[in-house]
Amino acid sequence: MVTTTLDTVTQQPFTSRGPLSDAVLRRLTGTERDRALDALARSAVAGTADVVRDDDIQLALFTLYASAYGSIPALAADLEWDPALIETRLLLEAGLEHAVRAAVPVPELPPPTGDAVARALFQLTSDDTGPSLSRYLAKRATAEQVREFFVQRSIYTLREADPHSWAIPRLSGRAKAALVEIQADEYGDGRPDRMHAAIFAKAMRAVGLDDTYGAYVDDVPAVTLASHNLMSMLGLNRRLLGAIVGHLAAFEMTSSIPNRFYATGLRRLGHGEDVTDYFDEHVEADAVHEQIAGRDLAGALAEDRPELLPDIMFGAAACLAADAWVGERMLTAWEHGRSSLRRSPDHG
Amino acid sequence: MAEERATITPYPDGPILVRGDVDLLGPDGAPIERRRRTVALCRCGLSTIKPFCDGSHKPAGFRTDD
Repeated sequence: MVTTTLDTVTQQPFTSRGPLSDAVLRRLTGTERDRALDALARSAVAGTADVVRDDDIQLALFTLYASAYGSIPALAADLEWDPALIETRLLLEAGLEHAVRAAVPVPELPPPTGDAVARALFQLTSDDTGPSLSRYLAKRATAEQVREFFVQRSIYTLREADPHSWAIPRLSGRAKAALVEIQADEYGDGRPDRMHAAIFAKAMRAVGLDDTYGAYVDDVPAVTLASHNLMSMLGLNRRLLGAIVGHLAAFEMTSSIPNRFYATGLRRLGHGEDVTDYFDEHVEADAVHEQIAGRDLAGALAEDRPELLPDIMFGAAACLAADAWVGERMLTAWEHGRSSLRRSPDHG
Repeated sequence: MAEERATITPYPDGPILVRGDVDLLGPDGAPIERRRRTVALCRCGLSTIKPFCDGSHKPAGFRTDD
C-alpha cells in the first residue's frame, strides 16, 4: 500500500528539488519567512538552461499554484496572497512563458470568425504528429508502465478541469456559456460520483495507487509539473485569457481518440470497468466538448474579441507542445527499458 | 416556468449536438440512456459508440456541406 508521507523534520508536503523550491515550501508551510525569495527566483531563472525541465523551478511554481488551488492542505491558506510569494510566482511565470513562447510559434491565424477559428483548431490538432503515447498504451505497455501512466496523469487529472475554470469569470456571453457547458459536464453535472476527477480517483484506487492529491508529486519529472504549470499560468492570468481558451480547445480535440486507445490497453492488461470507466467516459464526453470548445467557446471568443485570436491559436499550439514533451519523456524512458518517473511509486 | 425547447445543432464536418429534453430511442423503440446533458450524435456512421459520436469522423476526413 502506498501512502503519502510528510517529511517529519519540516512537515513539507513535497521534497524540495533545490534552493528555490525549498524556500517556497518552507515559506508556504510557515516554517521560514526570512529568505529573499525574489533573489532565489531571479537566480534560478537566469541560471537554468531549460526552464521547462528544471526541477527546482517547476516544483516551486507547482507549489505556488497549489496554494492558489487549495489542493494541498499543508500549504497555509493565509499566505495565498503573500506579496513575496506572488512576486516569486510572477518571476517564474515570466521565465516559463518566455520559454514556451520561444519554443512554440504562433500558428497561422485564420480570419476571426467562429467557423474559421473552429476549422483552424481542428486542422492544427489533426496535424499534430507527436509520439503516440496512446498507441503505445494500447499495444505495448506493461502493467508497471500503466501504473506510471496513472502516476504521471494524477498531477492534472485528480484536479481535472480546475485550471480552465479560472477563465469562467473572465469571459462573458456566448463564450462563457460554452465554457460552463463543458465544465458542468467535467464536474459531473450535479453528480459528485460522475465528476471526472472522481472517476479518475476510482481508477487509481483500482490499480492500487493512492488517490490523495499530490501523493506522487515527488515521483514525477519537471516536465510533467511544467505541463500542469502551463495550464495554471494561462488560467490564472487574465491577460492570457485567449491562450487558456485555445489550450482547452486543443486539449479536448486530442482526447476522444487517445482515450479509446488507453481503454483498449487497459482491457488488454485485464483491467475491468472500475479502471476503464474514466477512459470510456472521455471517448463520449470529449467528442461533445471538442465541438463546443472549438466553435462556441474559442470561435465565439475570437469573434467577440478578435485581439485575442493570436493567443487562442498560441494556447492551442502550446497545449500540443506540452503534451508532446511529456509523451516523449515517457516513451523514451520506456523504449530504453527505464522508468519514466524520478523514483518508483512503490517507495516507502 | 415554461419548459425549455430542445435544440438540435449540426456542427460542420462533425456530429449533431442535442440539447434539452429529448428521448433517444433505439430502432426497437427502447430508450437509449443519456449520460450527459448535451450529447453528440454520430453523423459519419463510423462511431464505435453509436448513436453517440466518438471523434472517428476526424481521421476519416468526414466533410459536410455547411
